Amino acid sequence: MAAETQSIPTVHPAAHDEEEDHRDQLMFDPRPREEMNHMVMDAMTHTTPRYWLAVGILGAIVAVCLFGMWGYMIATGMGLAGIRKPVYWGVFIVLLVFWIGISHAGTFVSAILRVFKAEFRRPFTRAAELMTTFGLAAGALYPLVHLGRVWVFYWMIPYPNARWLWPNFRSPLVWDFLAITTYLLSSTIYLFLPLIPDLAMARDRTTGWRHFIYKTLSLGWRGTEAEWFRLRKAISIFAVAIIPVMFSVHTIVSWDFAVAQTAAWNSTIFGPYFIIGAILSGVSAVVTILIILRSTMKHMDYFIRPEHIDALGKLLLVFSMAWGYFFFNDYMVSWYGGYEAVRQILTLHASGPSAWIWYCMLIFNIGIPWLTLWNKKIRRTPWAMFIITLLINVGMFFERYTIIPMTLGHQRMPFDWGEYSPRLPEISIGIGSLALFMLLYLLASRVIPLVPVWEVQEGQEAHSLRKVGKTTVPSVAELE
Amino acid sequence: MAEEQYPEKWGMVIDQDICTGCQACVTACSMENNIPFTGEEEVAYGRGMHWLRIQRYWEGEYPEVSPTHTPMMCQQCGHAPCEPVCPVFATVHSESESINLQVYNRCIGTRYCANNCPYIARSFNWFDYEVPAPMNYYLNPSVTVRRRGVMEKCTFCVQRIYAGQETAKKEGRALRDGDVVPACAQACPVDAIIFGDLTDPNSRVSQAARSERGYTQLEELGTAPRVTYLKGGGTYGG
Repeated sequence: MAAETQSIPTVHPAAHDEEEDHRDQLMFDPRPREEMNHMVMDAMTHTTPRYWLAVGILGAIVAVCLFGMWGYMIATGMGLAGIRKPVYWGVFIVLLVFWIGISHAGTFVSAILRVFKAEFRRPFTRAAELMTTFGLAAGALYPLVHLGRVWVFYWMIPYPNARWLWPNFRSPLVWDFLAITTYLLSSTIYLFLPLIPDLAMARDRTTGWRHFIYKTLSLGWRGTEAEWFRLRKAISIFAVAIIPVMFSVHTIVSWDFAVAQTAAWNSTIFGPYFIIGAILSGVSAVVTILIILRSTMKHMDYFIRPEHIDALGKLLLVFSMAWGYFFFNDYMVSWYGGYEAVRQILTLHASGPSAWIWYCMLIFNIGIPWLTLWNKKIRRTPWAMFIITLLINVGMFFERYTIIPMTLGHQRMPFDWGEYSPRLPEISIGIGSLALFMLLYLLASRVIPLVPVWEVQEGQEAHSLRKVGKTTVPSVAELE
Repeated sequence: MAEEQYPEKWGMVIDQDICTGCQACVTACSMENNIPFTGEEEVAYGRGMHWLRIQRYWEGEYPEVSPTHTPMMCQQCGHAPCEPVCPVFATVHSESESINLQVYNRCIGTRYCANNCPYIARSFNWFDYEVPAPMNYYLNPSVTVRRRGVMEKCTFCVQRIYAGQETAKKEGRALRDGDVVPACAQACPVDAIIFGDLTDPNSRVSQAARSERGYTQLEELGTAPRVTYLKGGGTYGG
């Protein structure tokens, strides 16, 4: 790529910079399809002892910290966790919101950028979609983990039973249950559809158990014109259909709080506020994971480049600003409302014993992104972006922590005020679910082609540099 | 369920002017309703099980301080915030007594009701609390012993309401004022808790609820509580 971009004559240095950005993300150094196939297959089948060590350690953490601890908690009682009288929801619900938020990245990066034809999305849509599915898998554990009697969780499912009892459709928890299930199903289908041609590619290049798996999953894909036509149609229908599902999921998660009567929860801005927060944390997590993939997997530096991270960094800056706006809005409307209980809670966020969490949230979500992400050099430095995006996610965790336990602890009756701090089960299960997410991703990275080869190739065919007058502009051909 | 309709609407009046904060009602409530004792450490951490507790607020500056005692229990709201949020209908309005009940067997322990209760009147069974050997004799056979993972709260001593209704039926008469007395009201040494039927304008509770000292807790939320408090101190005496 370097050779091509440098040969373009400079006309206006300032304007030229902008143009170069456009071109950079589009991978103007195409390689033959077979070579890319080979690179992806190689990355997928190549494992090092370090990989197996990581799988082993993560597997052990999942077994002990997540399932072991959870089992012990089921057998003993919720009291092992740190939740107490006024703070009935703690880190478990924080992590539920956190993981559901992470899972928004896939749909956002993949579906919204696909619908708006943002061309730079091509190499990492799959990595983002996988995050959605695994983020949901980790998040969907928490509604179960936090139940007092998890063995009867199925009473939340509307199923015909002898007592003629339905779940309470007025309860946000039932909406939540339905929304998360819908999102999990639709995002899995949306992950699967663009995967079919790549699975067929893998099928043709493997033997043994892998061949059997890919043969089954690729549904007899041959790559005929009719198949491509239907696949593209299905993907574009799903890409449009899944966007409202994504928005609804986090809106509904926010309604768990906004619908309640609890002071400082019943805020009308919570729906969009939560969605923006979810996208901010999700896109950050995509960047984090892309940087890890790029540095640990073979050939990934061809597909995932600093230019892509640069483009995502700009998105992050925009979302950080949007988040700042909604954060401010949430406080301003509450302040204008003038309800004493809410005013008290919001003041205690910034001045109570846990105020450091609130300040860290502001520094990580607003301070650091606003001070760093405007800079192209920083946006293109993977290790810097790794730290920044990780901090944004820590900040988003603190945001949810502020909203849930810190708000519940200081409700309308000062007699019942109480501080909450997580205990061993919350910390252990939290680490366990992070390990579960990483383990699933690690395993999937060696089973599923992480780069949608056909999409990258399609992009390389469609993108070209054209000379218009004295300048060269990138052009994108319409394929669909 | 609703074949036997009783016309009563049960209500309570608590006179803060004469409440001394002696905690007799708290003790009586615990014994009547099989409320487990969770131990010193748990109580200190904020996990004491109480269906009824005395909130004590201090007024004034030292040395001129005076305490205000507010016995706080489930207010049996007409528009109860806990009811719509339960995903499995474990907290419901009973048709026959028109009070808010908790169905222990149906509860799955989401604790949403407790978050949404502005009075923080609910208690959660964090563990299975053991009742050591001789003490199991104190358990009230008319009240379910709850297991871990379910929510519970004041029922207005619904077992006593049933007992009162059945006694009246057996004797072939209508319920009289004073037939049903919950444990807290029975134990109160100064008679600060008055319980009865609010539909009868001449019952003690109705007369007391009409007092100009009367107010309900967190009225602005529109929960329509069934418990009226009579303000104490200040211009109203005490």
